[in-house]
Amino acid sequence: MTEFRLPPNSRIRKGVTHKAPAGAGDVRTFRIYRFDPTSGENPRVDTFELDLKSCGPMVLDALIQIKGAIDSSLTFRRSCREGICGSCAMNIDGVNRLACTTSMLDLKGAIKIYPLPHMPVVKDLVPDLTNFYAQYASVKPWLQTRTPAPPDSERLQSKEDQEKIDRPAACILCACCSTACPSYWWNSDRFLGPAALLAAYRWIIDSRDEATGERLDELEDPFRLYRCHTIMNCTDVCPKDLNPAKAIAEIKKMLVERQS
Amino acid sequence: MSLRSPLGRALGTGSAKEGVHHWWMQRLTSIALVPLSIWFVVSLLSLPSLDHATVVAWMGQSWTALLLILFVLVATWHSQLGVRVVAEDYIHGAGAKTLTLVVLTFVHALVAAAGVFAVLKVACGGAA
Repeated sequence: MTEFRLPPNSRIRKGVTHKAPAGAGDVRTFRIYRFDPTSGENPRVDTFELDLKSCGPMVLDALIQIKGAIDSSLTFRRSCREGICGSCAMNIDGVNRLACTTSMLDLKGAIKIYPLPHMPVVKDLVPDLTNFYAQYASVKPWLQTRTPAPPDSERLQSKEDQEKIDRPAACILCACCSTACPSYWWNSDRFLGPAALLAAYRWIIDSRDEATGERLDELEDPFRLYRCHTIMNCTDVCPKDLNPAKAIAEIKKMLVERQS
Repeated sequence: MSLRSPLGRALGTGSAKEGVHHWWMQRLTSIALVPLSIWFVVSLLSLPSLDHATVVAWMGQSWTALLLILFVLVATWHSQLGVRVVAEDYIHGAGAKTLTLVVLTFVHALVAAAGVFAVLKVACGGAA
């Protein structure tokens, strides 16, 4: 059966508190999930009080400041700090989002930061996305054709056809959507999840691709595709304002339409 | 610990190449249930009274019996499709899942048959 409680070794204990230095002006409290699998200890939530005058306005700025000035063992992924690499996706105040594009001014009270939900944790805020990436690879996210490319030019595509894939192709694979999806929580071993399905859709509607039928065949499965119950958390949380739920609905529509 | 590659695990046993029919039938039955449910509730409420004799007389009309049979069949079909999905969502052991799906299918078939039988029995005057 589905487990609704965390296994005993994953239950969260109270952690340590790092007080703000005396005389700090603009203090903000952070409650951050900590877990080190090599320690043999349960995860804990540490409290950090940070003087906001010491760092930039985004949640990622605060994390970098905490790591630099308070606790260098705090572990998280980050790279571009401008919402295009998708590395710093985490659960901030109960919502999956990118730490780099989330302003602390938009959050109230103590800021609670956890790793993306329902994924194995490598350390602290770093989830293990191996299966997520493998599922992305499984939809063959590249152009498949039988017609050879023109010898002296690229494969042509109309402006309208390009516009159809503009949005779906803007996915940064941050995994905010898939890890916000209850269906993905219960069945991530077999359900592809919104991110991989959005990627599949992006190639299904690509006017240059010639494997549309095979792609639809591969998706027609009670688990791979039809575990989506249109909960729409994916579209709610997407930091790039994409619409995986609509893409999945379009795939389901195409599967029905090709039957009659 | 499995030494299988992540991609191998993600690909699993491949696509079942099935699911459209289930999805489409779930939509069709839900659309059919909208007028059927409205008809059922409105008809019952517009009866002069809900005593045994009135309801039996109402069920004895051909159109009423026909629509009631349709209602029972479509509702149990729709329920079977939906409950199957819930079981697949939450029951992960292969044996427990298969057993649950078998039992659920049988229970739905039983409810459907019993519902049709009851309507026919009353409509044909077998037991008033």
